[in-house]
Amino acid sequence: MIGKSLGPRPARTARRTLFYCALILVLIAFIFPFFWMAFNSFKTHEKILEYPPAFAFSPTLSNFRNVVSQTSVVKYTWNSILVAFGALGVGMVLGLPAAYGIARFRHRMLALGILVCRMIPGISFLVPWFIVFRSLGLLDTYTGLVIAHLVITVPLITWIMIGFFEEVPVELEEAARIDGCSRAGVFLRIALPLVRPGLVSAAILALIFTWNSFLLPLILAGVKTKTLPVVVYSFITFDYLDLGGIYAASTLVTLPVIVMVLLVQRQFIRGLTIGGVKG
Amino acid sequence: MTWTEAEIREGPKEGPAAGIGLSRWVDQHISWFFILPAVLFLTAVVAFPVVYTIGLSLFRWSGAATPPTWVGPGNYADIFAGDAGFQNALFVTAYFTGVSVLIEVTLGVGLAQLLNREFIGKGIARTLLILPVAGTPVALALVWRHMYNPSNGIFTWFAEILHLPPQRWLADATTVIPSLILFDVWQWTPLIMLITLAGLVSLPSDIYEAAQIDGASPWQAFWRITLPLVRPAIVAAAMLRFMDSVKTFDQIYVTTQGGPGIASQTLNLYVFDQAFQYLHFGYASALLIVLFFIILAGNVVLVSLRGGRA
Repeated sequence: MIGKSLGPRPARTARRTLFYCALILVLIAFIFPFFWMAFNSFKTHEKILEYPPAFAFSPTLSNFRNVVSQTSVVKYTWNSILVAFGALGVGMVLGLPAAYGIARFRHRMLALGILVCRMIPGISFLVPWFIVFRSLGLLDTYTGLVIAHLVITVPLITWIMIGFFEEVPVELEEAARIDGCSRAGVFLRIALPLVRPGLVSAAILALIFTWNSFLLPLILAGVKTKTLPVVVYSFITFDYLDLGGIYAASTLVTLPVIVMVLLVQRQFIRGLTIGGVKG
Repeated sequence: MTWTEAEIREGPKEGPAAGIGLSRWVDQHISWFFILPAVLFLTAVVAFPVVYTIGLSLFRWSGAATPPTWVGPGNYADIFAGDAGFQNALFVTAYFTGVSVLIEVTLGVGLAQLLNREFIGKGIARTLLILPVAGTPVALALVWRHMYNPSNGIFTWFAEILHLPPQRWLADATTVIPSLILFDVWQWTPLIMLITLAGLVSLPSDIYEAAQIDGASPWQAFWRITLPLVRPAIVAAAMLRFMDSVKTFDQIYVTTQGGPGIASQTLNLYVFDQAFQYLHFGYASALLIVLFFIILAGNVVLVSLRGGRA
C-alpha cells in the first residue's frame, strides 16, 4: 500500500486479513496441480483410481522404481541434457552477436526476422524439416535435434539480450576503442562481461524451454535420441494402465525445472518479463 | 551497403585499432559480422522451410517415393471451398485463443494489482505463482488429464462436493474447450501478472498522491492512471500470449488429441494430423501458410490496439 491513510485500526486489520485470505486461495489454486502430481506419484495405481480421491494412504516408491527399471531413464535424461545444452551453446554463439548487432548497429530487419521466427508455430518448420532431415539422415540424431531446438533458443536469447546490450554505456566502448581495442574485442572484453546477469536469465530460459519441448522431438527424435517429455508421454500408450507410472514420470521430468526455478527465481522472472515486454 | 551512424561519425580508422588490409576491412564492416551467423541460421533453418512450404503447398504429396503431383492453387481452393475440418479448426482456435487470452489478461492484471504492495512472503508468493509457466507442459497436461477424469478425477469430486451437476470435462464436446481454457488460464495467467507487475513497479508514486489529494477513489485511480500507464506492457503481454496460444500443441495433444471427435482440434493439431497422421504434406503446407497469415492478422490487430484510443 503506497502510504495511504489507512483508516481506523480495525478496518485496516480486516482489510489485511482479507488480503492474506485472497492470497492464500490464489496460491493454493496455482500450486495444487503440482502438489497433486507429487502426491499421487506415491500412491499405487489402485489407490489413484479410488473415488473419492484418497488423501490418507501408505506412500510407496514402487512407481519410481518401475519407471527407472522399465525404461532407460538415465539414457533419456542424458538425451534431454545433451539437447538442452547443445541448443543453448549454439544458440549463444548465434544469438549473442546478433543481439549486440541489433542493439548497437540497429539491424532492424534482423530484429523483425527474429520476431517472425517467434511467431511461427513450431509445426511450420516441422513439415519441411522432417522431409529434409529424412533425406540428410538427420532424423533421430543429436545434431538434428540441436538444430531444431535452435528455433527456440536463438530468438529467445537474442530478444532478451538486446535490452541488456543497449544498457552498456557507449562511452565505455569508445574508450576501449581509443585504447586500441578492435570492435570484436570490444564485444568480447567490454560488452559481454557487463551483460553477464542477462546471460544467466537467457540461459535459464533457453534451458527450461528446450527441456520442456515436446513437439519437435516427437517427430524428429527416435529410439536413440528420445528426450524425456516424449518418454513421459509414451506412458499414456499403455492406455492408462499404469497411472502410478504416469504420475511418477511426470514428477521426475518436472522436478529439475522446479528446482532450477527455485534456485534462480530472480533471473528466471527477469528473463520472462524482459522477453515479455519486448515481445 | 548502408553505413551505420557510428561508422559515418568515426570515418576511416587510424591508429592501432584500424590495423592493415583484411583486419581493417573486417573492423569497418564488423556490424555485418556480428549478425552474419544469425542471418545464416534464419535463412537456412527458418526462411528456407518457409519457401519450401510455399512450394510444397502447390503439390499433392504423401511423402512416399512417388514424386509430388502439381496441383497449383488446388490445395488452397480445397481449404476455402468448404473443408469442414478446417472450418471446425478455425472456430476451435478462435474460441480457445480468444477466450483464454481475454481471461488471462483480465485475471493477470487483477492479480498484479493484488500483489503490487508490500507484504510478508512476497518473494515466495511470486516464485510459487510462476511455477506453472516453467513446468513441463507434457507432465502438467497428464496431471490435468487425470484431474478431469469423469469417474475418478479430483475435479469431478470438487464438482460433487460443491453440488454442481456431474461434469464430463474433456470427454464432452461442449465442455472440452472450457476445460482446456481453464488449464491454459492456470498455466499462463502468472506470466501476464509478472509482466504487468514489472510495469506497475516502475510507475511513479507521486501521481497517486496527487490523485488522492484531488479526491480520486482507488477505483478511479486504477482506471484513469494505472491502466493507461501500463497499457503498453499489457498489450505486449497480450500479443505474446496470443502468439503462443495459437501455437498451443502439447497441452491439447496430450489431454484430448483434438477430441472428443474433433471438438478440440485447433488449427495447429489439424495441420499436425494432416501432415503426420495422413501424410498429406502438400495440403498441410497450404494450411500452414493460411495459419501464418491468421497469426499475422491477429498481431496487426493487437498492435493497432496499442496505439489506439487513449
